[in-house]
Amino acid sequence: MIEAIRSQIVQLKKHKFLFEELVKRDFKKKYKRTVLGMLWSLISPLMQLLVMSVVFTHFFGQHKPHYTIYLFAGNLTYSFFKDSTNGGMNSLMQNAGIITKINLPKYMFLLSKNVASLINFGLTLIIFLVFAAVDGVVFHFRFLMLLYPIVCLIIFNIGCGFILSALFVIFKDIQYLYDIFTLMLMYLSAIFYYTDSYPENIQRLFYLNPLYVYITYMRHIVLDGYIPGLATHALCLIYAFGALAIGALIYKKYNYKFMYYM
Amino acid sequence: MSKIELNDVSVSYIVGDFSNVGLKDVIIQKIKGTYTQKEFLAVDHVTFSLDEGELLGIVGSNGAGKSTLLKVISGIMRPTNGTMAVNGSIASLLELGTGFDGDLTVKENTFLRGAMLGYTREFMNETYKSIIDFAELQDFEDRKFSHLSSGMKSRLAFSIACLVKPEILILDEVLSVGDGAFRKKSEDKMFEIIKGGATTLLVSHSISQIRRMATKVLWLDKGKQIAFGDTKEICDKYEAFLKTK
Repeated sequence: MIEAIRSQIVQLKKHKFLFEELVKRDFKKKYKRTVLGMLWSLISPLMQLLVMSVVFTHFFGQHKPHYTIYLFAGNLTYSFFKDSTNGGMNSLMQNAGIITKINLPKYMFLLSKNVASLINFGLTLIIFLVFAAVDGVVFHFRFLMLLYPIVCLIIFNIGCGFILSALFVIFKDIQYLYDIFTLMLMYLSAIFYYTDSYPENIQRLFYLNPLYVYITYMRHIVLDGYIPGLATHALCLIYAFGALAIGALIYKKYNYKFMYYM
Repeated sequence: MSKIELNDVSVSYIVGDFSNVGLKDVIIQKIKGTYTQKEFLAVDHVTFSLDEGELLGIVGSNGAGKSTLLKVISGIMRPTNGTMAVNGSIASLLELGTGFDGDLTVKENTFLRGAMLGYTREFMNETYKSIIDFAELQDFEDRKFSHLSSGMKSRLAFSIACLVKPEILILDEVLSVGDGAFRKKSEDKMFEIIKGGATTLLVSHSISQIRRMATKVLWLDKGKQIAFGDTKEICDKYEAFLKTK
């Protein structure tokens, strides 16, 4: 196992140049070399936030303190997951022309796509923290622990990307099914509502949703003022590496079979 | 020691319903029990070996499995059956123009392709100039790749791929790149690599070219190996076969 990881790292080093070039490509393509392109990817989540915030505070009368920040934390995490996994899903098929002609490790394409989403997420995260400060949230050393769910989420996204990209090679309708799935996931992740109105055993069911776990972790730190317990940490880790392990196994096993469907 | 050795190699593709329909249909078909999967042998029990410095010409009509065989040798695909040993660094020129990104500039694409072919950044920095010079694209460096003509695109692809000195060179119908002047230049470059002792695999529909260049010939038909051996003997047989068609 350790030997396998070590050989992977050697592989990564060997392909460092390729990885950098791929990241550059994906980044340039994403923002199309325009100033607005970069700005737009920040404006878009903010607009979404504005709409949701207006709808839920004015029409549905949600008036808990820091509701906008509560909403933002959920939306931020969800958008990152959606962006990253959608990019990951397409990463193999978009590069089919290259993969079928040149012998390259296929996960490179997925990883570079993830870097592009991560940059976007990082920028939105900064805006999130600015919003939190403006809204009167007091910053604390504890905020450094935000890194934990974020790193877990990155790994989780990569794992899901592996699984989805493999499925997408074989089943071309996954794209549409996944759209429906992410929509459903949005409603199940308590992005704009609170779970404490549910009975306790139903509240526990929410923890089956990895995204909910990551969102809740971030909210506890930023809004509730405490670091979640050990069980939540374990759960974050299990989901992340569970997804990664399944994805990696699929790639290892079917790596060369993908070619038949491209 | 032979450079390339294929022993009873087969590659089967999975064709039919499976790759065209989506997940929804596959589930429904599985429930109804009408789900079928067909296999198709693209390369059917091929055996040959090549020594250092030999040039193998591969002939056969369209769909004979030539390109699939080259993909197996370049490591893109794995044989379903049989064993294969390839010793040495490979440069493979399969369908040159594909895999570039239209939105990026010529320069960016050159570096990207170099990275894909396994060159280092230092090497690319050093040789970038000579790649562009060889491809005669000095005035187009910062243009979008999609603005190039198709001839220019393949000129660039050829130039990037041919800069290294590979031990094994795989050519799929690429000896007809660009206009007349460039074709001469690319052929010269190719001969330079071949004369440098590279083992070469060449797919071509031009029998005269094969006769001129190849030391061995492999004849494939519908994936099956019809013959493997001396150039003259097999080219004669193949031409006779083409006449009867």
